[in-house]
Amino acid sequence: MKLKRVVKVEAERDPAFALWISQTVGGERIRHCLQCGLCSGSCPLSLYMDYTPRRLMHLSREGFKEEVLSSYTIWLCTSCYACMVECPKKINITQLMYALKTRAMQEHFYPKRFAIPVLAREFSRMIRGSGRITESRLVMRVFVKTAIWRLLGFSKLGLRLFRTGRMRLAREKVEKRSDIVTLLNAVDTTRKELAR
Amino acid sequence: MKYAYYPGCSLKGTGRAYEESLLAVFRALGVELEELEDWNCCGATTYISYGELQSYALAARNLSLAKQMGRDLMAPCAACYLVLNKTQHYVREYPWIGQIVDHALDAIHLPKDIGVKVRHPLDILLNDVGLEALKAKVVHPLTGLKVATYYGCQMVRPYASFDNQRNPTSMDRVLEACGATIVYYPVKTHCCGGSQKGTLPEIGLNLIRRLLTEAQRNGAEAIATVCPLCQFNLEAFQDEASTTSKFHIPVLYFTQLLALALGVRLNEAGFQRSFINIKPLLAEKEIAYA
Repeated sequence: MKLKRVVKVEAERDPAFALWISQTVGGERIRHCLQCGLCSGSCPLSLYMDYTPRRLMHLSREGFKEEVLSSYTIWLCTSCYACMVECPKKINITQLMYALKTRAMQEHFYPKRFAIPVLAREFSRMIRGSGRITESRLVMRVFVKTAIWRLLGFSKLGLRLFRTGRMRLAREKVEKRSDIVTLLNAVDTTRKELAR
Repeated sequence: MKYAYYPGCSLKGTGRAYEESLLAVFRALGVELEELEDWNCCGATTYISYGELQSYALAARNLSLAKQMGRDLMAPCAACYLVLNKTQHYVREYPWIGQIVDHALDAIHLPKDIGVKVRHPLDILLNDVGLEALKAKVVHPLTGLKVATYYGCQMVRPYASFDNQRNPTSMDRVLEACGATIVYYPVKTHCCGGSQKGTLPEIGLNLIRRLLTEAQRNGAEAIATVCPLCQFNLEAFQDEASTTSKFHIPVLYFTQLLALALGVRLNEAGFQRSFINIKPLLAEKEIAYA
């Protein structure tokens, strides 16, 4: 029998991460969290999570970066905002989930071919390129990059959508596509200037 | 009455029936909608995890375009409605975000002022058109049709701008004005799983199954929705979600039911795009249609 310590200790904390989360948009009040559990109770996905939202809030503010960024919790969040509405301390939990997803993607904290971050990446690429989303093309891109065999399972559904005119392959796009690129780039330049 | 109209990406794809029925309903009510010129994707709930600040700039471009038109902006898609509202909140709450968004708009020569009113069609129907005016236009009342009104998440959360957050009733009132009977539906603001049916199929399917089960248990003959993703999830996976009991329930945009009542022809309100034919149900309930 192999024994493993399950209690986390002070030495495993990353204080910089704890500071970062409390300075992130939506996380300003994370230190006020009462650990009441209304977030976990109202979350429709919490029963599938490795850490419930309540536990994730606590781990984050204490700086347990590894556990938080490699958790499935952040990817299971569907942005339904139930937790945020119920939180008595008005912590913007949904917004923090976005910020944690961003960090996890930047620092490669997710399993390879995991569909949710791939969807986020492909979605963003499509917007940068076209300014709009063509649903059929997006779905195909995600399947090709994650689990191409699953496309077969969708052939019947795809056919029904095609027959009812709900699946269009023509690319949706804005006229001024260069404006979209300029807009997105301007955000990055301004942010860097402000940081200085 | 005239509004700027922001369709969003889904209403041009899987949610075409929403756009078709919405335009038909407002035409019948004498409300003018002008599509926002050269709009872009709002970023939904996906772009933000890739680039938070960029996602606000994307939404702001649409708001700025609407500002130029000088009209309230109607956003029928629940996700678009939320994202546009949220961007306005954050720009106000965090001046440094506002500064970045302003600079980005400046770079593409658009006005920085993004303070337009973002409106949901239900809000417009209730508060601008009014239920009495709507009732007066009903030609084919939906008498006896039992409808479960499914609001989903993002129309009322986190910002309940025109309806109650925990127990919204705006869609109930609008459909009741058309003669429909609204059934008890305690899961009306529960989550359908969004894109999870695609990314984590088992979990997504469980959420969908619960919503369909509750509708069936409470005797609903149709489900009315306000969101293209909710509509798609509840309609497209009924076979897969069926266990001992089989699901076979039309899932419609609330605007399709309105169109029906206002005498719009079925194939001008996107009914031909449904997977489940509505005609047998209408015949059974003796509801006339055009």
